[in-house]
Amino acid sequence: MMELVCPAGTPAALRAAVEAGAHSVYCGFADETNARNFPGLNFSPDELAEAVGFAHARGAKVLVAINTFPRAGAEPLWHRALANAEAARADAVILADIGLLAHAAEHHPDLRRHLSVQAAAANPDAINLYASAFGVRRVVLPRILTVEEIAAINREIDVETEVFVFGGLCVMAEGRCSLSSYATGQSPNMNGVCSPASHVAYTEEGGDLAARLGGFTIHRTPKSAPAPYPTLCKGCFTSGDQTGHIFEDPVSLDATHLIPRLAKAGVSALKIEGRQRSRAYVSQVVRAFRAAVEAEDAGLPLPESALSRLTEGQAATAGAYAKTWR
Amino acid sequence: MDLTVGPNFFFWPAETVRAFYRELAPAPVARVVLGELVCSKRLPFWQGEIPGAVETLLAAGKEVAMTSLALITLKRERKLTADLQDLGLPVEVNDLTALAHVPEGRPFWVGPLVNVYNEGTLRWLIRRGARRICLPPELTLASIAVLARVGREEGIAVEVWGHGRLPLAISGRCYHARLHDRAKDSCQFVCEQDPDGRDVETLDGQPFLSVNGVQTLSQSTASMAYRVEALRDAGVVALRLSPQSSGFAEVCSAYADRLDGRLEGPDLDRLLRPLVPGHRLSDGFPVGPAGATWSGGGQAKIST
Repeated sequence: MMELVCPAGTPAALRAAVEAGAHSVYCGFADETNARNFPGLNFSPDELAEAVGFAHARGAKVLVAINTFPRAGAEPLWHRALANAEAARADAVILADIGLLAHAAEHHPDLRRHLSVQAAAANPDAINLYASAFGVRRVVLPRILTVEEIAAINREIDVETEVFVFGGLCVMAEGRCSLSSYATGQSPNMNGVCSPASHVAYTEEGGDLAARLGGFTIHRTPKSAPAPYPTLCKGCFTSGDQTGHIFEDPVSLDATHLIPRLAKAGVSALKIEGRQRSRAYVSQVVRAFRAAVEAEDAGLPLPESALSRLTEGQAATAGAYAKTWR
Repeated sequence: MDLTVGPNFFFWPAETVRAFYRELAPAPVARVVLGELVCSKRLPFWQGEIPGAVETLLAAGKEVAMTSLALITLKRERKLTADLQDLGLPVEVNDLTALAHVPEGRPFWVGPLVNVYNEGTLRWLIRRGARRICLPPELTLASIAVLARVGREEGIAVEVWGHGRLPLAISGRCYHARLHDRAKDSCQFVCEQDPDGRDVETLDGQPFLSVNGVQTLSQSTASMAYRVEALRDAGVVALRLSPQSSGFAEVCSAYADRLDGRLEGPDLDRLLRPLVPGHRLSDGFPVGPAGATWSGGGQAKIST
């Protein structure tokens, strides 16, 4: 069966995910070492150890994302995160930075290493380089590849691949985007945040609600309509005589119907985005996806109706998995 | 401190490329990185200009390197990347894929699109053969100082982004094609219409970004006009100047004069403004608080 890798922003969400049928749960420490460094989220070293105990007792794994790029002069913070993950008996760490991968391979050789989507390894040559240089065992593929390209990659590599199937969608190659720090000074790579709430301002202007990020207007919506969060690349902008969502519409990823093709393409694990989501949401999504991977494994049609409710009110896309997206 | 001219980001006609490198030959820059960084589909239209440009630049006494693409996914692109090794010039790695093709022991350069944020990564790349590294533009002055010190200890050159629209993001999707309601595979090379990128404003008319095919750039031109002394003190040995479609020879001369002490920060600021596309400058990445801001030599503020 394909492994279902589920998000946990809090110990309560982790327990909910495990109870809902997650094979693996990924989470991070409550600091800038992980790419979802949001207020009120994430784990202390003690909470992680307890969560790993809970998951292992129920046959589930815990993967720890330490996937920002360590700040020059401050590497010990990231090195401590690795040591804490190993001490908590985490099943793997998810890393993006070359220096941190080299440190992990040298000082924590028995701690399984996964390559984060933030490393943007998008072809067999890059993946094989990470595998041979740092002993990486699994690669989370960037969200810029078609299913056919994923199948071709799997034919040329020996390590496992994991792909995103549900939740937020980056339209840029992840780990290679500094749009957020251009507008706000805070970036996914350096600070573990994108379009941070601390830099968002909503203003009512003549019947509209303007949403600004670092002073830049990301969108305007009529006061009566729901206002999406001003994520920079999903904003509404003008270029020449055109106004619209120049980079991406405010959509989220839903590749549920592609699960059989992803299985055939040799993908080992399916990842659900959303460490910032509520326990109830995680529980519902995990339950639906567990049913889907079990159906796929048994050769049965996907119970797609189980998921339709989750994307209600927000448009969904299969993203780069379909070539027409480009 | 000296000057490096980075690879041209934009899709220019072959004759424009030829004229650009011919005019660059006498410019006061120490080295030039050539090649296609952004989109492999463009290369057949201008790659015939590369041998002549290399020859002209070498004859003018410049160091020359060839860049890799910034994002490599297709088989054809992997082959292209592997073949870069055969040109007899240093390769500038701008996607780690290119490093997979550099034989152990052969020196290479690292470009600003590789994530070199810390000492561990820098030292690993140096052990692997990196001899010149242009740091990512996003870094703060404090990080630059730490990395430049390591570079000095290890005897390699650490360079930073000196001038040009900032490469902020790269995608699998082509935004130029999307703006023309086309898919990437049937783009009809519309990016050629915008020799410095196609400007993107906010709904309130604020200048913001510029799209260049699969690449997203800042609309402001980043400039280290006021930061030359700070960067030199930090141990940075070169500034990278990124090509723009007009006035680039003047830009090169102006920075050379600034490095030689013939111009001060405010002089360079005044000279550059009319020359850069959009006439706006920024230096917020190293200086703070955000990439788009311009310090004007003093406290940072939003670039307008």
